[in-house]
Amino acid sequence: MIMMTSRQWMMTVAGIAILLALPLLLPNFWLVNIFGRALVYGVVALSLTFLAHYGGFVSLAQTMVAGVAGYTVAIMAPTAIPLGPLAMPYGAAIPLAVIAATIAGAIVGMIAVNTREIYLLMITLALAVGFSLFAQSNITWFRGYEGIRNIVGPEIMGMPFRTPMVFYYISLIVAVLMYLLVLYVVRTPFGLVLQAIRDSDRRTAAIGFHVGLHRIASFALAGFIAGWGGVLITFYNIGITPSSIGLWATVGVLIMAVIGGLGHPLGAFIGALIYVVMDTFASSIIGHDRFNTLIGLVFLAIVLLSPDGVWGAGKRLLNAFGKGPGKPAPKEELL
Amino acid sequence: MSLQFFLNVTLNGLTLAALYFIVASGFSLIFGLMRTVNMAHGSLYMVGAYVGFAVYDPIYASATWSSQAWLVGIVAGVLAAAVVGLFMQVVLLGWMQGQELRQALVTIGLSIIIADQLLAIFGGNPFRFFAPQMLFGPVELPIIGRYPAFRLFQVVLAIAVGIALWLLLNKTKLGIIVRAGVDDRQMLAACGINVPLVAATVFALGAALAGLGGVIGATAQPMSLGVDVRFLLMSLVVVIVGGMGSIGGTALGALLIGLAEQWGQVLFPTYSVILTFVIMAAVLAVWPQGLLGRKPT
Repeated sequence: MIMMTSRQWMMTVAGIAILLALPLLLPNFWLVNIFGRALVYGVVALSLTFLAHYGGFVSLAQTMVAGVAGYTVAIMAPTAIPLGPLAMPYGAAIPLAVIAATIAGAIVGMIAVNTREIYLLMITLALAVGFSLFAQSNITWFRGYEGIRNIVGPEIMGMPFRTPMVFYYISLIVAVLMYLLVLYVVRTPFGLVLQAIRDSDRRTAAIGFHVGLHRIASFALAGFIAGWGGVLITFYNIGITPSSIGLWATVGVLIMAVIGGLGHPLGAFIGALIYVVMDTFASSIIGHDRFNTLIGLVFLAIVLLSPDGVWGAGKRLLNAFGKGPGKPAPKEELL
Repeated sequence: MSLQFFLNVTLNGLTLAALYFIVASGFSLIFGLMRTVNMAHGSLYMVGAYVGFAVYDPIYASATWSSQAWLVGIVAGVLAAAVVGLFMQVVLLGWMQGQELRQALVTIGLSIIIADQLLAIFGGNPFRFFAPQMLFGPVELPIIGRYPAFRLFQVVLAIAVGIALWLLLNKTKLGIIVRAGVDDRQMLAACGINVPLVAATVFALGAALAGLGGVIGATAQPMSLGVDVRFLLMSLVVVIVGGMGSIGGTALGALLIGLAEQWGQVLFPTYSVILTFVIMAAVLAVWPQGLLGRKPT
């Protein structure tokens, strides 16, 4: 069961209801390029938040894992340009892509299983960049620099996937399902053991749990989540290139998760929305050429001033005004 | 495969390893004392190259001083990187000592800003330094034949840097303090050592090495944007393979990675990049602390 107080359930339902009603209120640009994009990147950021908050791993390989799913679906897509030899209907390609991402997540977990904290950060970063360089140099499958184009996604009830309404609702459904999945898993015995390992791996091992296996499983689950994000991102971008899984994309997802707050799964989506809004409207503030300086400064400010992100800052504000749940904010666990 | 070819590729690997060592030793030094993963190390490399070039270029163009331009460029690049590094440690990183992940995130933010600002200030055109007359052009080597003199100089410089670092760490008072700090910072502070000052010095030194690498690297090959990523990555891989905070380990890691990269390009050109990461994964699987790294206490 997903454990939430009735108040939290009400908030969740209200939030979902507002998101469901958005297409009535917003023009297509906002629907797809702001909220849709924030949702699909938010799913990848969610996989990072899941690992970071409940497992204690800040992994930079989540974009890479999403990229594995993106490339898998692109290689197998029936509409791909250039068409691959394994082309099959989307109905088969999408599950395969998610499975591939799950396996990729497990492999990352196996490589990184004995490392922690900054070592893990470095190793996953090296893996991520290594994979994007590999995609860049492989022509046979990954099509090098050019990548694979025209991945338009399946038709849903006769409508193209790229129809704003269709894209938005599918993204919303996937995002909500993944969000609920995280909330559910962390209350299962597996999720509880995972958090126990985060707090003290030696004690958890002493009770008799296999620490390594739990860690690898958590990476696989994060891979599964990121895989869905990767598939949707590929449909959003109508294709995939090495640069879309490169270092900047990797850092982008990290920025989203950290800005939003690594302390709660919802932070991933908040951070993604802030990132997307800034990316879209930075041009009117400081010129789009200097977007990186702006996002870098915001990221720096968040890390310096509120390491638990906007989510944490919001919670502290609520507590300060006495409207919060009353309990003091938990001490910084991660940063 | 002829002996000449074999030696040539190996020497290429060696000279590349020399450059990697210069850059990665700074990274390793910073990590060794402060446990700070400086994700902006590649940016410091770029700061060194760009600022060095900005100083070098007008001097080189002037008729009277052009022979000294390169040396001035090196000094400028090294100083610029050291100053930026000092700023980072004193203003941003020093007060969050011990929060390793947060420091890594701060340096990631900095690297984004630095790369973007360098692009804004200096533009994105590739450039290169011309080595002074003495190191310019080829030299005759036995068997190999003609080989760029500057690349041999790279090896000499790397060995000099290695020896200097070893002497610094093992034969000077600063070295004793630094090594003591690696083991126990709090006891060191209790002994009356100004630890933040030592930390700032070490950070500036590590950053200066990145800056030195930047000028040297931009002399050996044309410099363009994006090298910060490459050198950050190579520094990471080199110190992960060699072992964090160990000068010998860094040298070993640089040698392995440099040789692997050059030989990889010869043997399987498309996937040479992957070889580096396969080595890293394999080393981690067997020696999680790196080849010569110490177990954390």
